[in-house]
Amino acid sequence: MGQVIELHALTKRYGPATAVDDLTLTVRPGHVTGFLGPNGAGKSTTLRMILGLTRPTSGTVTVAGVRFADRPRGLRHAGALLDAGDVHGGRSAVAHLTALARGNGIGRARVDEVLREVGLGGVARRRIAGFSLGMRQRLGIAAALLGDPPVLLFDEPFNGLDPEGVRWVRDLFRRLAGEGRTVFVSSHLMSEMENCADRLVVIGRGRLIADQSLAEFAARGTGTSVAVRTPDAAALTAVLAAEGGTARPDDAGGLLVTGLTAERIGDLALAHRIPLHQLATRTASLEEAFMELTADSVEYTGGTTR
Amino acid sequence: MTTVTPSPTRAPVTDLPARFRDLLAAEWIKLWSLRSTRWTLPLVYLFVVGVSVHASLADYRNYPRYPDGTRELFHLYGPVRDAFPEAGYLLLMLAAASVGALTLVGEYQSGLIRATFAAVPARRSVVAAKAAVLTAVMIVLGLATAATSFWVSQAILSGRDAGWSIGEPGVARAVLGSALLVPVCALIGMGLGAVIRHAAGAVVAATSVLVLLPLMVDSDKHRWIAELRHVLPVPAWQRLIEVHPDVLNPDPFPATVTGAWLTFAGWSLACTVVALFATHRRDP
Repeated sequence: MGQVIELHALTKRYGPATAVDDLTLTVRPGHVTGFLGPNGAGKSTTLRMILGLTRPTSGTVTVAGVRFADRPRGLRHAGALLDAGDVHGGRSAVAHLTALARGNGIGRARVDEVLREVGLGGVARRRIAGFSLGMRQRLGIAAALLGDPPVLLFDEPFNGLDPEGVRWVRDLFRRLAGEGRTVFVSSHLMSEMENCADRLVVIGRGRLIADQSLAEFAARGTGTSVAVRTPDAAALTAVLAAEGGTARPDDAGGLLVTGLTAERIGDLALAHRIPLHQLATRTASLEEAFMELTADSVEYTGGTTR
Repeated sequence: MTTVTPSPTRAPVTDLPARFRDLLAAEWIKLWSLRSTRWTLPLVYLFVVGVSVHASLADYRNYPRYPDGTRELFHLYGPVRDAFPEAGYLLLMLAAASVGALTLVGEYQSGLIRATFAAVPARRSVVAAKAAVLTAVMIVLGLATAATSFWVSQAILSGRDAGWSIGEPGVARAVLGSALLVPVCALIGMGLGAVIRHAAGAVVAATSVLVLLPLMVDSDKHRWIAELRHVLPVPAWQRLIEVHPDVLNPDPFPATVTGAWLTFAGWSLACTVVALFATHRRDP
């Protein structure tokens, strides 16, 4: 079906500031692709350029091979939630969606369908002004689904959602990708992507930093380590060192071992009759990998005391 | 983390023809789903007709006390001034301009415009649909207001044998001119809204064009200033409702009726083109 999003040398400058810098990238169907970067990295600008809302300074971007701005109607080609605030508070949810749907020749029945799907069926006739941020996110997701599009873009969709909402959105994204759609989700928080995305695109200061699967990305981090608790730390440290492992005391009074697997550590402890109270593999969090990767390209850092 | 395999079963997206009437329907929904429209337009109608009734009743009551000279003048100018009193029509013009400005500014300021243009990337078609719906609604409002205020005021004045009928020369033109002034003002508001993209700014600009500019270019001495005045929308309307020329203060550079109609057409067209162009060129 080939509904890919293709960015080629995409660049956007605002005066002297470069928001997106020579971005080349392909977002493929059948996956949830996370789009990560610190605040101000150029994620929203990139998404707007994909949708033809912002003209690139140079470079090209196509959806299914076509510049989006050249489409007379958009909803059946790509659905998007750019900002939950992009609504007129004076309208009801159903009026807002009906206007969008009608312009694309989509019937009223579909509006009720997406409202039910996002759980807003009960408040369809209420003015949007009274909606919470979480409800507005759901409304934005409903708008993105209206045209049953093969490509879906979401900009920070988790903001303002409660834990149940976060889980619902994750499941929805995975289902949409499972149906063969292209799902491109931006976020500035790695934790939101961990249980949701299969692929990650990371940008910083408008430049591409990483474009790989979640597993490959995780491997970039400090690697795995094993947390061990034992009453005889000195003996165990010596045994592990002899086998090529490195044991460092951790904050909690135990040891943090790298270079050996948990199984190997357990076997060694048994062989040397060293009692173990805890043995747990710790995968370096994606968050850590993300922080390491983007440390050099954080646009706005908090003041540090030195 | 499990990898989801793409399912090959999804049917390709079928593209329906992009019909302009779908966009008209969408803009119609947008306009009437706002409480402000549903309240403002009927209230403006009632207010303008009310001002006209008030003016006519005042003349009706005072008529017996008018000296002969005043009565003579009243027969020349009174009926049209009671039908289209300035106070009511100023409000009508500014309300129309504000509604026109808000059709675009309301979307820009709320951010809705991004959702709109992502759904319909053909920006000029969106603006054309907005202009068409706005013009249609404003023509209806203008016709309803002008017709009602004319007939009610003349019915009141006929009690003193001072009312005009629509068939008298120039009277139908005055009613039609007053009706069409409303869509002209709305399109001016929309054009300014497209350029300024800010509600207060657009309304101030519209007020300046409609009310302040005619005051600034008022001259009995210089023809070019007079000509400048003739191509402004409100003086053009004043020419259209002038059934009998002013005999007390004759205008040294009188405007023509054709020129006034062309002024209406020119402003409407220019402002629509500006709105189409500005929205297409500048990213939201």
